[in-house]
Amino acid sequence: MALSAADVLAGIKEIVEEVAGIPAASIELDKNFTDDLEVDSLSMVEVVVACEERFGVKIPDEKVTDLATVGDAVNFIVNAAA
Amino acid sequence: MVIKSKTGSESSILSVGAYRPSRLVPNSEIVDAIDSSDEWIVQRTGIESRRFAGPDESVVDMAIGAAEQALLRAKLTINDIDSVIVATITYPHQAPSAATALIQRMGNPTAAALDIGAACAGFCYGVAMAHDFVRAGSAKRVLVVGVEKISDFTDPTDRATAFIFADGAGAVVIGETKDAGIGPVEWGSDSENRDAILMNPSWIDVRNTETQLTKADIKWPNITQEGQKVFRWAVFSMSKAALKAVDSAGLSVNQIDAFIPHQANVRIIETMAKEMKLPDSVIIADDIRTNGNTSAASIPLAMDALLAKHPELHGKLALLIGYGAGLVYAGQVVKLPPKP
Repeated sequence: MALSAADVLAGIKEIVEEVAGIPAASIELDKNFTDDLEVDSLSMVEVVVACEERFGVKIPDEKVTDLATVGDAVNFIVNAAA
Repeated sequence: MVIKSKTGSESSILSVGAYRPSRLVPNSEIVDAIDSSDEWIVQRTGIESRRFAGPDESVVDMAIGAAEQALLRAKLTINDIDSVIVATITYPHQAPSAATALIQRMGNPTAAALDIGAACAGFCYGVAMAHDFVRAGSAKRVLVVGVEKISDFTDPTDRATAFIFADGAGAVVIGETKDAGIGPVEWGSDSENRDAILMNPSWIDVRNTETQLTKADIKWPNITQEGQKVFRWAVFSMSKAALKAVDSAGLSVNQIDAFIPHQANVRIIETMAKEMKLPDSVIIADDIRTNGNTSAASIPLAMDALLAKHPELHGKLALLIGYGAGLVYAGQVVKLPPKP
């Protein structure tokens, strides 16, 4: 099922807020998970697994390091679901 | 001709014992070699300190220390034991086993004895095997020891592992009881990911290196770990395995009094508890905070610490789950030993 980028962004905002306690309002496409949002490597795993369950996609371990920004994650999930 | 077979009885954990090396090593002592900080280590792992064994505390010395305490608490001697299982990946001899050194030094040199290698899952594998030995009539009382001196196989400059692992030993005596005190084991492997935690190089590589390169190039086998991969597997697959162990025992999580998972990382333990939706009434072991990740020794050490802190848990139900290099895992519900 195709997902819209807006829906995926909204979902990621909820997940990152839930996992890392970062207010959804501060989560934007250009934000870097590590440098801007301070999501550490283990919290990033929780975010990835929550995204897999929510959007029905697979995000392999070796791809996780490529997802530097929120926009990278949105693009990966939209493409993976297409 | 028909071969005569035996059957035994149900079994339970009769006692637990611990050996903790005397040297407590705070984060401040190891951070310079890995360019890290106390705050970073505590935030990522919950570990504030760990124990490293000294030159006079070998794998066998520590195993005997834990075994002596477990036997004393069960009001038994080594001569009451007919089988010994030692779970370890850091005994520095390929053969003979640490288990045979233990029985010889403790004065019961003819007991059945073997080492098992299931890394951080080793203790739970040992408990499952001991329970099956007793149920099958192969043994009446089994000593199960988890022991590691991982400081001998850790690179103090490795930023992925140097702050995690620690040394120590824990032991339980498992013996015949009328009712089952040990539930069915839920165990298995994810060997597609066997590179996620490993000790390299092999001894053959060490030998070949010695002939081809200079002494300075020889690297002693040491442990490496892919943190994110292990975290994902531990939290999300092990939560499911642990819940299956509860189900196999005919119980629900609401009937569990304590959760004693392998002490790998406080973040893993807390996220597992959340995934499993453990009720607040379940007391969760967190021995790792002060004693680090002692691999095969971590569950019996955490059990000992939990019973010291919460004596009301003697005789109550605990969910155990061990998981580690392989990747392998084993979990079961047990009745915690009675008050000595």
